[in-house]
Amino acid sequence: MNSLPSTLNLGIRRGNLEIRQFMRQRESVVFTLLFPLILMAIFGSVFKDTIAPGVTFSQYFVAGMIASGLVNSGFQQLAIVIPMERDFGSLKRLRGTPMPVASYFIGKSILVLASMIIQVILLLAGGVLFFGLNMPTSAGKWITFTWLILLGTASSTALGIAFSAVPKSGRGASAVVSPVVIVLQFFSGVFFIFTQLPSWMQQVAAIFPLKWLTQGMRSVFLPDTFAASEVAKSWETGRTFIILLVWLVVGLYFSIRTFKWERA
Amino acid sequence: MSVIEVRGLRKSYGQNDAVAGVDLSITQGEIFALLGPNGAGKTTTVEILEGFRTRDGGDVSVLGIDPEIKGLQARTFRDRIGIVLQSTSDAGDLTVRETLTHFSGYYTNGRDPEEVIEAVGLSEKAGELIRSLSGGQRRRLDVGLGIIGSPELLFLDEPTTGFDPEARRAFWALIGSLRDAGTTILLTTHYLDEAEALADRVAVINRGKILEVSTPAELGGRANSLARVQWEFNGVMQEEMTAEPTAVVNRLIEQFSGEIPKLSVSRQTLEDIYLSMVEISEGGAK
Repeated sequence: MNSLPSTLNLGIRRGNLEIRQFMRQRESVVFTLLFPLILMAIFGSVFKDTIAPGVTFSQYFVAGMIASGLVNSGFQQLAIVIPMERDFGSLKRLRGTPMPVASYFIGKSILVLASMIIQVILLLAGGVLFFGLNMPTSAGKWITFTWLILLGTASSTALGIAFSAVPKSGRGASAVVSPVVIVLQFFSGVFFIFTQLPSWMQQVAAIFPLKWLTQGMRSVFLPDTFAASEVAKSWETGRTFIILLVWLVVGLYFSIRTFKWERA
Repeated sequence: MSVIEVRGLRKSYGQNDAVAGVDLSITQGEIFALLGPNGAGKTTTVEILEGFRTRDGGDVSVLGIDPEIKGLQARTFRDRIGIVLQSTSDAGDLTVRETLTHFSGYYTNGRDPEEVIEAVGLSEKAGELIRSLSGGQRRRLDVGLGIIGSPELLFLDEPTTGFDPEARRAFWALIGSLRDAGTTILLTTHYLDEAEALADRVAVINRGKILEVSTPAELGGRANSLARVQWEFNGVMQEEMTAEPTAVVNRLIEQFSGEIPKLSVSRQTLEDIYLSMVEISEGGAK
């Protein structure tokens, strides 16, 4: 008799399956992957000024778009799709099999990461080609970039799964989830210069991960001299890491505690 | 050998006793049908056996395991059972073959997907996206997913809803062949002819209690029930209920000296028996 396949192994298989399913929904693929580029085109055309010496708005904005991408493809996408899978009965079917719930979570993380990698490549390539984006040159910045993407994907995925328990039905999920994300984007300095926002907005944003992801991405894409223009006069890299980690733990805790296989 | 043993099973939702003391004993290799009206406690009972719901009281053993277990033990339990739920309605962006191949990988003893595709009669659709399947074909895929892990015990919930008569016959043959291979099957259905065609034994449940467990032929004293003889006389249909239908027919033969117009002899159907049992239980409880 064979033994049961490992949780990780099944998680990777689920990831492959999720990617395949995602890629077959063409409209959704085009929208999800190209939307950040479209936004950048709009904002890049509207705001032509430089924010600081050598820092164009596009350069500032790309940090926010990548951070938003993490929230959109993880948190927003999952908090909408999982209630739909619940309504369709797909989750109940999975529950009746020996596949552990952790494999399902791993599969979702893989999907989010894959979608992130494609988005980032499109956004950076588009930025360099059309909007004069400067790519980071030091190894240190690429290392920061890498852990921000990985930790951002993990916490965004975990929070998306956790939040998927909130919408009562798949049909209503989008209405519950999207406003949360849009408000966070405005508060976190994705669409506007963060330091120009009212300080109460900055303080609210500082509770949530998007502000830290955006600031972290600025530390990658903006010159280090710009750190002095941040609210804390520093990139706060260590604090960013800790806050994202805390949100990951919170997300995992609630994912495990509140995950619903079926509509109540 | 007993595959399912249930003693004094209870489950309440608020004031409503959905399951009020159910006993069941299902042996290996039989097809056991659970019949009952909507809200009778069928689904709750079955979902407790599947490990989807917790119970308030009673002893439950499925394949020697308490289905309320968690973690790795739950995986081991699910590795040995197959569940065919009411159909899913997802977008169906995978092909039949991809889906069965993927699910096969969940089990220690996953079956060859091609063999299962063949068994459920989807060979021509194997490479098609699930979204292009008809309702009946989707249902066959559901069954394929239920048997992909070579289960010792298969739960079938309303398996042929939406089938045309031909597809139902083919499906019954498939279920019969699973039983012949030693799989124990717990079937819930609204179709009494389906229970009659498939089940070795049936249980009728209403208001959370089992009314009777018997073979389809003997349920509710059916084997000894009166036969109905019908014929036409002077343009009017005549009917007689009798324990000796042969004697009645003999009498009619003498009376008509030739073909008896519109003659028929029938026993109560399983559905007649079932409906009267449910009706009596409703009356008794009021």
